[in-house]
Amino acid sequence: MTLGFVMLVHTAFDRAEQVAQYWSNAGCPVIIHVDGKVTQKVFRAFKARFDGNRLVRFSKRVRVEWGTWSLVEATQLATTRMLDNFPDVRHVYLASGSCLPLRPVGELQEYLFANPETDFIESVTIQEVTWTVDGLEAERFTLRFPFSWRKRRKLFDRYTELQRKLGVRRKLPEGLSPHLGSQWWCLTRDTLEAILKAPDRIAMDRYFQRVWIPDESYFQSLTRRYARRIESRSLTLAKFDTQGKPHIFYDDHVQLLERSDCFVARKIWPQADALYGTFLDPDRPAKRVAEPNPGKIDRVFARANDRRGDGRQGLYNQGRFPAPGFQGPVTCARYNVFSGFADLFETFDLWLARRIGGRVHGRLYHPDRAEFAGEERVLNGCLSDSATLRDYRPQQFLTNLLWSTRGERQTFFYGPGDTPEVAQFMARDPNATICVISGAWAIPLHLSQRPMDEIRSEAARLQRAELAFLKALNDVGVTARVHQWTLADFVVQPMEKLQNIVDEITGPGPRRLTDIPPMPDLSAFPEFLQRLRNEGVKPVVMGDFAATPLPQGRRRHGR
Amino acid sequence: MGTGDDLWTAYKLRWRRRRLLARSLRKRRQITCRVDRTDLIAPGAILAFATVRNEGLRLPHFFDHHRTLGVDHFLVVDNASDDGSADWLAAQPDVSLWSTPDSYKRSRFGIDWLTVLMRRYGHGHWCLTLDADELFVYAHHTTRTLKALTDWLSWQGRDSMGALMLDLYPRGALGEAKHHPHQDPVDTLPYFDAGNYVITRQAKLQNLWIQGGVRARCFFAPEPRRAPTLSKVPLIRWHRSYAYVTSTHSALPRRLNHVYDTNGGEAPSGVLLHTKFLPNIISKSSEEKTRRQHFENSDLYQGYYDALIGDPVLWCEQSTRYQGWQQLEGLGLMSRGGWA
Repeated sequence: MTLGFVMLVHTAFDRAEQVAQYWSNAGCPVIIHVDGKVTQKVFRAFKARFDGNRLVRFSKRVRVEWGTWSLVEATQLATTRMLDNFPDVRHVYLASGSCLPLRPVGELQEYLFANPETDFIESVTIQEVTWTVDGLEAERFTLRFPFSWRKRRKLFDRYTELQRKLGVRRKLPEGLSPHLGSQWWCLTRDTLEAILKAPDRIAMDRYFQRVWIPDESYFQSLTRRYARRIESRSLTLAKFDTQGKPHIFYDDHVQLLERSDCFVARKIWPQADALYGTFLDPDRPAKRVAEPNPGKIDRVFARANDRRGDGRQGLYNQGRFPAPGFQGPVTCARYNVFSGFADLFETFDLWLARRIGGRVHGRLYHPDRAEFAGEERVLNGCLSDSATLRDYRPQQFLTNLLWSTRGERQTFFYGPGDTPEVAQFMARDPNATICVISGAWAIPLHLSQRPMDEIRSEAARLQRAELAFLKALNDVGVTARVHQWTLADFVVQPMEKLQNIVDEITGPGPRRLTDIPPMPDLSAFPEFLQRLRNEGVKPVVMGDFAATPLPQGRRRHGR
Repeated sequence: MGTGDDLWTAYKLRWRRRRLLARSLRKRRQITCRVDRTDLIAPGAILAFATVRNEGLRLPHFFDHHRTLGVDHFLVVDNASDDGSADWLAAQPDVSLWSTPDSYKRSRFGIDWLTVLMRRYGHGHWCLTLDADELFVYAHHTTRTLKALTDWLSWQGRDSMGALMLDLYPRGALGEAKHHPHQDPVDTLPYFDAGNYVITRQAKLQNLWIQGGVRARCFFAPEPRRAPTLSKVPLIRWHRSYAYVTSTHSALPRRLNHVYDTNGGEAPSGVLLHTKFLPNIISKSSEEKTRRQHFENSDLYQGYYDALIGDPVLWCEQSTRYQGWQQLEGLGLMSRGGWA
């Protein structure tokens, strides 16, 4: 006989009984501590189920409250009883009523037999702890915590805050090096006896009675004082969620648990019949000798924690709706917005699609309808091209579009005639790359044969809208990558500017642009601007054409 | 919103909740108990509440589905069915049945009646409030029961869970599909819209208001604001002082509506597979058009009923075929919310 189990039980007595019987059937003594809050009647009935089983005994009960000294006290009582009653026990394994052995006890015994002097206890210095969720690490040891965290949270928080303000610091007892770790350990008789029979135990216990969550620090710190060899890890597989609560295992985890090769897991959902059936089956074949390997299970639970904690960026649904002022990304992927380019260059969309790939839409926010690439009427995810549906929630039209097409680069055109509500949203989105040639909207007007008074009012409307757009792009809080030129600036060496844009979107590559799409003849454009001016519309967004050599020689296009 | 405003809103809402409870209490005489098996309700039992009217085509599978999930007892109000639904319900061993001839609309779409029952029988239980054309699914529902889910929700300190109502539709015209009562409606209506939902947060009740989906796409493009609400809070650990406000879209007290995470994380959420578009939708729409029982402002929905009566095709090239909860989670329509 080498191994004894100490079990702390407060609920799910049927399951606790099953596991205790399983261990004792394998010849291991079990000392059970039943929470003092459990009624005498329930306790007696539970105890009676072990009548005649010499290996299962009960320790004196204390009322246990989470995060307090009572849990350590219960552990001390049960462990003392184990050491006193069963002198052959060389290792004591601390378990709870919702623990489940995953491998036959024989394998665990062999493992411990091969490591007779090793204490298996996660024990990490407070500087290296990464898992605490309350932010209290070193302070667990230097402040006092007389109030219950669960029942009197406000008082707990206020008293903690008060001590911080007053600069209260408790003195650590002589020879104590604070360590933290999982509550569930497997310690040698020698270490436990040294801790429980230490000459300064009374002082030590008194100190830990005011430490926060002493069950994660008492044995973890004191083992450091006496152990010959510490393996700083728990033999019990336990995964914790973003709130610091243990994840629960269900029937569908059976394969993950089997492959983990861990000895014991917690917590198990009490109604996980298949787990209890599988792992407590006395005929379950002994497997190979294997080191515990929780890597795969770690990944599954880490992923679930990421989902819960950070979520999928750019997703909005019934479970995820970041509040206004949320600092993270508001869309799920990078995208590109071009303004003015299609007015300056003929067939710019085709040219751009060849250079940067992905989907190049038309004007998604066109007043008539969303111009999806390829003339589609409905896009991925059944996103409709209806302007009214789109403009009902214009920002979510974009987040939906990006979400449903994720994995494929999205690019679209946006002009001063388009739904204005998205401008600021895009400008504040670090996923957006926004390229603007301001004033380019005047080119189609210039080339059109429309009467001047129509042109004048249209120009005034578009310029007003573009000024609002430019204002949004130059506001505080803009995080989009914005490239902005006036038309006059852009037409000087446009190839170089397009090269920079393409490089930014696709990443710099060895290929240089050798052609750009054709531009119309703009030689009469300054004259057009002067006419606008004469009509009372002051063109301000086009830039200064006085010093600009204009592209010439292309045939005129009516639009 | 300033704290003062918020306190004032909270105060007003407290009175609103009391009014809703008093109102339902006044309506308690509208329902008469037909079969009372409520003595079968054990402590900790999971309860389902529903109002039904002529749902014979859906009830058998509706019960199969939710029994498999682990609903222990169904408390049903039958609103004057004449298709044999009531007798079928009365014969089920896990059903307690009430009946009423009164107006569905004037009972706040059945919620007044259910509030009476929930107050009396739901207190302390996890309660799932559904329509007969809704099938509740959540992450892991194929391997974990509602008991597992609700145990975990309680353990997480949650008293409610939200769900998106997901309209399902067939490949062809609505009236062409064939369906038998014991068949899974998801086989008859395997398609849905995956990515066209829009959400706002409603300041007063602090719930999410989700619209969109196929009905917005096909029927409400001219007036998107009128598109049906798709957000629900169907699963609540009930207390006798709670009340649903409109259908199960929101509840009071407001914290029950906090089923979403506001810091970027994903809270657990499910989906209600909505089997409204089974082939009898066409005859039902003709009936509803004249009964005017389903919308607050029924006149505005005459066009919608006309469109449905015209036997439309809702399917399009971009429709998604239902494959299961993993697919819904992958698409972002629901989330396991840390429940690994």
